[in-house]
Order: sequence, then structure tokens, then C-alpha cells
Amino acid sequence: MTEPTPTTAARPVDVAAPLLQVRDLHVDFTSGGKPVHAVRGVDLSVYPGQTVAVVGESGSGKSTSAQAVIGLLPGNGRVVGGQILFDGQDIAHASKKEFVALRGRHIGLVPQDPMSNLNPVWSIGFQIREALEANGLAKGAAAKKRTVELLEEAGLGDAARRAKQYPHEFSGGMRQRALIAIGLSSRPRLLIADEPTSALDVTVQRQILDHLDTLTAEMGTAVLLITHDLGLAAERAEHLVVMYKGQVVESGPALEILQRPQHPYTQRLVSAAPSLASRRLESVHRAEVVEHARAEAVHVHEQAVEGAHAAVEGDTATTNVIEVRNLVKEFHLRGSGLRGETLRAVDDVSFSVRRGTTTAVVGESGSGKSTVAQMVLSLLPATSGSVLFDGVDLTELDRRELFRFRRRVQPIFQNPYGSLDPSWSIFRTVEEPLRVHGVGDAKSREARVRDLLEKVSLPASALRRFPNELSGGQRQRVAIARALALNPEVVVCDEAVSALDVLVQGQILTLLNDLQAELGLTYLFITHDLAVVRQIADDVVVMEKGKLVESATTDEVFESPKQAYTKALLEAIPGGSIRLGA
Amino acid sequence: MSETTVRPGQEHYVAPLDTTPLAAVDAVDESTPSASLWGDAWKQLRRRPLFIVPSLIIVLLVVVALFPSLFTSVNPRYQELARALEGGSQGHPLGFTRLGTDVYARLVHGARASISVGLLTTAIVVVVGGVVGALAGFFGGWIDALLSRLVDMFFALPLILGAIVMLQALQGRNVWTVALTLSLFGWPQVARIMRSSVLQVRGNEYVTAAKSLGLGRFSTLARHVLPNALGPVIVIATISLGTFIAAEATLSFLGIGLPSSVVSWGGDISNAVPSVRTDPWILLWPSIALSVTVLSFLMLGDALRDALDPKGRTR
Repeated sequence: MTEPTPTTAARPVDVAAPLLQVRDLHVDFTSGGKPVHAVRGVDLSVYPGQTVAVVGESGSGKSTSAQAVIGLLPGNGRVVGGQILFDGQDIAHASKKEFVALRGRHIGLVPQDPMSNLNPVWSIGFQIREALEANGLAKGAAAKKRTVELLEEAGLGDAARRAKQYPHEFSGGMRQRALIAIGLSSRPRLLIADEPTSALDVTVQRQILDHLDTLTAEMGTAVLLITHDLGLAAERAEHLVVMYKGQVVESGPALEILQRPQHPYTQRLVSAAPSLASRRLESVHRAEVVEHARAEAVHVHEQAVEGAHAAVEGDTATTNVIEVRNLVKEFHLRGSGLRGETLRAVDDVSFSVRRGTTTAVVGESGSGKSTVAQMVLSLLPATSGSVLFDGVDLTELDRRELFRFRRRVQPIFQNPYGSLDPSWSIFRTVEEPLRVHGVGDAKSREARVRDLLEKVSLPASALRRFPNELSGGQRQRVAIARALALNPEVVVCDEAVSALDVLVQGQILTLLNDLQAELGLTYLFITHDLAVVRQIADDVVVMEKGKLVESATTDEVFESPKQAYTKALLEAIPGGSIRLGA
Repeated sequence: MSETTVRPGQEHYVAPLDTTPLAAVDAVDESTPSASLWGDAWKQLRRRPLFIVPSLIIVLLVVVALFPSLFTSVNPRYQELARALEGGSQGHPLGFTRLGTDVYARLVHGARASISVGLLTTAIVVVVGGVVGALAGFFGGWIDALLSRLVDMFFALPLILGAIVMLQALQGRNVWTVALTLSLFGWPQVARIMRSSVLQVRGNEYVTAAKSLGLGRFSTLARHVLPNALGPVIVIATISLGTFIAAEATLSFLGIGLPSSVVSWGGDISNAVPSVRTDPWILLWPSIALSVTVLSFLMLGDALRDALDPKGRTR
């Protein structure tokens, strides 16, 4: 995959003029009366038939640059300087009419979110036909025939029937294929793909990108790929443009940048890219960490046994803090008829979590991994089977025991914007668990909150702030501080880093890892991202459609996966095959 | 990959460090003062004329309602039949009604009836509707099914028609009976808004987080759900306050709201009707007072909606 597809190499290199040339582009947004410089002096060029990737974190200006190229800047944004040369013609300040002529016919677009970019009230076929007719390419029966061809081309089987279906009958991957069909319907010379697959599961992502590669290579379409994923960019593009805070900090041949990053930001990005990292964080200290954690855990366990009730048996409980046995969860769906249907979201799943280690539950959307987490947290009753915490079945806990259990197991959720109460200050949020469980007096609680914030490296000044003033990563730190307030033994992280930018994600993972070593924590890590698993987990449980597929140590899973599904997941990690320079 | 294919304009470029200095990853911006959601809303509101103008009018109205004697020393019930329908004069700026009472004094003293019926009704409606809506939304299941049907039943009864029937059956009408009657038909709207707002907030992860902390269900509702669900209810309450004042005036105009012994704008409008052809200004003054009051509350509600519920913003 390091080779930029054979067809690219076969193309004549002497295509002298670039198809798209952006020179010193400046874009401003007006927000609250003040101009914000979103893009400052961006230069980039795309040659015919070439794939160029623009990489950056959210807010880096990568999407804004692409929107300027296709004349789709939001209402409060405008190009204030520089040139956008498409085929030698400056379109930086082109009129709406000129852009209408350009869009579709010459520049196609594949948008990010396949869920909201298709109109739910029209059939897929109608929407493709609309694109064809709008660009004057075909009409009537000819357009219908062409629509079916395009859908076939986009890799949808039984295209004639598919064309009559509506968006809700399509999966995310199929919708994205339909959007690609629309984007390529008039054979544009440049295709802008804005995070085309970031809303999809990894295995689907890979299929879609492979297909897009083949299609654009066949048609000789140039692609401007916008992505936050350095691994994906390096795998798909020959030329990379790295953006940071509205500026290009580094650009050049993809492999060269990856292997010899020069700018400190690129270096940071390369070293943090989860898809490229090959080892568990701090692997050198792991042995000590696990040993220390285990000693700590035994100690904690002894205390817990003394404090609570001596009925808890010893041996297995010390090694396996959580045991999931034949867990089943069924949901009743409202379906046709009175009875409805039953969905088996979790189907006979068993695994155990060793004290002081991290176990990752991996799966794609709909695999039931989050449902497992909810049952481990005792937020959802199991249909059958059981979850044993420290040897005690959760279903047998009475109210007081459940309250005590809550103190020992805490969650961290995915959405950094939804997991903190917006009307509570950071101080109140982190203090709440202490107050609910009646820990200490006001003064000692405040000291504890300060201590916790320090642990998650937030300044004390953040105490009086509110969630809306913090970034996603900072909120996630607050959520971690809240989860740790009661000194839990187990923390359940439900996609805790999935919504964060790579660098922030790396930072949070390091923090979680350090805290594990320091406090002897056990993590149950729910994620769809195998790359993250490699950085943090000791054991992996792979789930597919509610069933447990494979369960082994992280090294075993990454080095010799036993099941086909696990192999497919591993292969789909973007950039996984790229070797970094020594 | 063969490096020979590097084309003009695509050579390896590295930006000089000083043009884009590297910031620490995810540092907290400590320069800005901290602000809560409510603080933000206030900051936004206090600069908007749509908020300032109605607020000033409402403050003035409340002062008038509380201390009418600050504005006039004339007894609004004192009749000088000899001066009936006389125009403005010294001490009586707006002249006299058909029954010889001072128009200005009646205007000032009439504010109390409108404001107290409006405030009372809104308070009852928010408490009753809020509680029913919050319980239905938060607990769901059969509680929701039961409460929602109850809300639907009352929602089907038209406000004015229902109030007319109710008040006609009642003896001894006063501010309380009118407010209670209006509340009886007004609370379902607040209940509906509260329910949907609670439903929306309930799905947030911080509510799940509170549950996994071991916080009880009622505590979760009181501490996390209600404060975040209150915005839309405040908006609808402000707007309803205006409509309740209008409803009270309507009922008083029809002669079944407040009794004639209570000075009210609705009653004054009704009394001015027979002489509207000859002396329209007597009708005009209480009508203007009523319109300005109702409009102020509607405008205030709109301004609050902009600040508290950014999704419904018109801009």
C-alpha cells in the first residue's frame, strides 16, 4: 500500500501544469463582529490524476480551504486574499453562477457525513439522476440507465433495485458509495473528499477507500483528500500537506514526511498517530507497573474485604476483578405486529478482567460492546448470565451494596460535550461524587478536588470554570477526575478517546496509563479503534454482532490473530502497513 | 515510491518555526474570565434592545402595581358625574370617564389587577405543569402514559371558553378565582414543554454518570435534569404571562372576570364601549396600556428564547 497505485506511476509525468493551484490563500470568518483568520497563506497544488491529502486536527483550517476551492464557504466566511487557480483560471472570487457551472462538472465533492447528506424523501436513483440532469449530462431514460451504471460502478450489487430504494434502506457504507457515485457522476477532473470515511467502521472505510482509489485511477480524476488521520493520508496520497492553526507547516512527498518529519508539529503528529504506533505505551516499565498494581490491588482488596463483608472468597477474586459469564442482553424492538422483534445485542459473552490491567473490548458499531459496558456498570439489567465483581454477582446486590459497588467502579464516557453537566462548575462536578458518598467535610473535599485536578494536569484556575469554556480534551480530563474522585478500583472507559484529535487522544491515553500505574487501576476499555488498543490494552476481547469472536492478550491478537474477522479488523487500520524510518 | 516524480510546487517544504509557533497540546486558556451558561446568556441579553426595552417597561409596571399612590393621589373610584366625559385638565391629565372617574387614576390602579393575575397564574402554571411534565418525561413508562393523557385531556379545552364556563359557575369572583381558573386551562402547555425538554436532557451522558455515582433518581432529576431543562420553560412562561393578562382583560371585558369593584383595564375597556363613537380616547388609554403590557412580555419571551435556546434563533 506504500506504492501510489500502479496506474499513477504509469501516467505520463510530464503533465506540466497543475490542475489546482492554491496560492497564499487567506480566509476569514466573522464571528460576533470580529474577524477570525481561519486560513492564513495556504499554498498547495494538485496535478491531474494525483491524490493530495490535507492533514490536520479540528480547527486547523483544512476543511475551510477545501470549501473555498469549491465555493461552499459558510455564510460568514470569505476569501480575503490569494488565488485559487483551477486549470489556470482564478476562481477565488468567482461568482455564484461560475461556481454552479464548475461544481459537479469539473469539481466533484464527497461529503463527510453519509447520514445527513442524502435527502431522506427521495430515492437514491432520483438523487443521482438529479445530479446528471443538473449538469446536463443525460435526460429521461438515458439518465435512468446511466444511474444504474454509476451505482454498479460505485460497487453496489443489484443496482437497478438499489436505485429505487431510499436512504434509510442503505447502511452507512452503502450511502457513502451512493455519494461517491453522485460525486463522480459527471466525471469531474478534481474530486474533493472531505473526511469521506470518518463516520464509518474501519473495515467499511477500507473497502470504500480502495474502491475510490480504483475509480479515480481509472478515470484519471485528481483527488483532494481532507483527513485528520495521518496514517490514512500517507497510505492513500502521494503528496501530503500538513496544516496547523490555519497555516501549512509542512508539505511534500507522503513517505518522506512520514519518515523524516521536519517541523516539530509534524513530528508530534507522526509520533502520536495511533495507527502508526506499534507498542503499548511505556512498554519498558510495564512489568513494574503491573507488578506494582497487583500488589496495590491485593492490598485494596484486603481492605475492601475487611471493610465490607468477609463473605467474599479470596483467590480468583484477587486476580480477576471482573468476570463476565454467559452474558446475554435482548432488546425488544417495536416492529410490525403486536409482538415486535427481539434483538440479541449481546449473545453469550464470557471474559474476565485481571486486576491492575487493561482489557479492551473491540468491535464495530452494533457489536454490542457498549451494552456489555452498561451491564458491567450495572446500569442495565442482563437478560441472562451474570457479571461478577470481586467474586460477587451484581444481580444479587441490594441497594446498599449497589451503592458501595458504585464507589468502586466508575465510568468515563465518549462524548466530551455530553458527559459534564453544562450548568455545573468544574469544582462542583468533581466534588459531586464525594458529596454523594459523604466523604469528608467541605474543606477536605476542596483539597481533594484540587489534588484530582492536578493529577489530570488541569490548572487550579479551571475550578471555577464551566464545561462550555473547555476543549474536548480538557472536558475528558475533568470526566477522568470525577471518575477517580472516589478512588475506584475499576474504570470503564466507553470510547473515552474516540471523539478527540490525535494529539489530544495520545495525551489522554498517556494520562490514563500513568494513572493506572500510580493508582493500580483496572480499566475496561470499550473501543472501535484497534490502534488505540495497541497503545493501552493488555488483553483484548473482539466482538462481532453481539458474539465474542476472539479473546487473547494484545500481543497475541496483533501478532497472530486466530479469527478471520480479527484479521480483517487489523488489516483495516489505516497506515498499518507503512514502515516508519529508523 | 520513486522520488523522481516530485513535481514543481510539491517539493518538501517546512514552514519556519516562528510563523506558526507550537502551542502546548490542549492548554487551558486562562486569560478569559469564567462564565456559566446563565452568565453567558445574561451577557448576551444585556446588550439587546429586544431585552432592555420590555424589561424596563415591565419593571415600571410592577412598581406602578405595587405603589400606585406614587403616581396618582386621585381615588380611581370617586365619581364626579358632573365632569363625565370631560377632557384633560389640571390634576386630571387624561380626563374623565362616562361615569365621572379619573381616567389616569384608573389606568394606574388597573395595573395591579393585570399584573397580579398574570404573575399568579404563571406561578401556578409553572409549578403544576412543571412538576407533571418533569415526572412524565423523567420516569417515562406508565407514569408518562398516564400523565400525558391527563395533559391531553386538559389541552383539548380552550382557555377562554373553559374560563367563561368555570367563572360563571363560581360565586365571589376575585383575583384568586380568576388566576386559578386560568391556571386550570393553562398548565398543560407548560407540562408539554417541560416533558420534551426533560426527555432531551435525560439522554445526556452526565445523567448516566450521576446514576453510576449512586445518586438517587429524585436527586438526579432535581440537581442535573431540571436546571438544564428549565430554559424553554422560562421562555414559555414569560410569553404565557402576556397571554394570561390578555385573557384576564377579555374575561373582565365580558363581565365575568374581575367584578366591577376591582379596577381593571378589561373592565374599563368594557365601560368605555358605549361612548366609543363620541369619546374614543377613553377606550384608547386602557387599550394601549394592555397592549404595551402584553407586548412587553411577548418580546421579553422572544429575547429569552434567543439567549437560552440558541436553536430557535431567528437570525
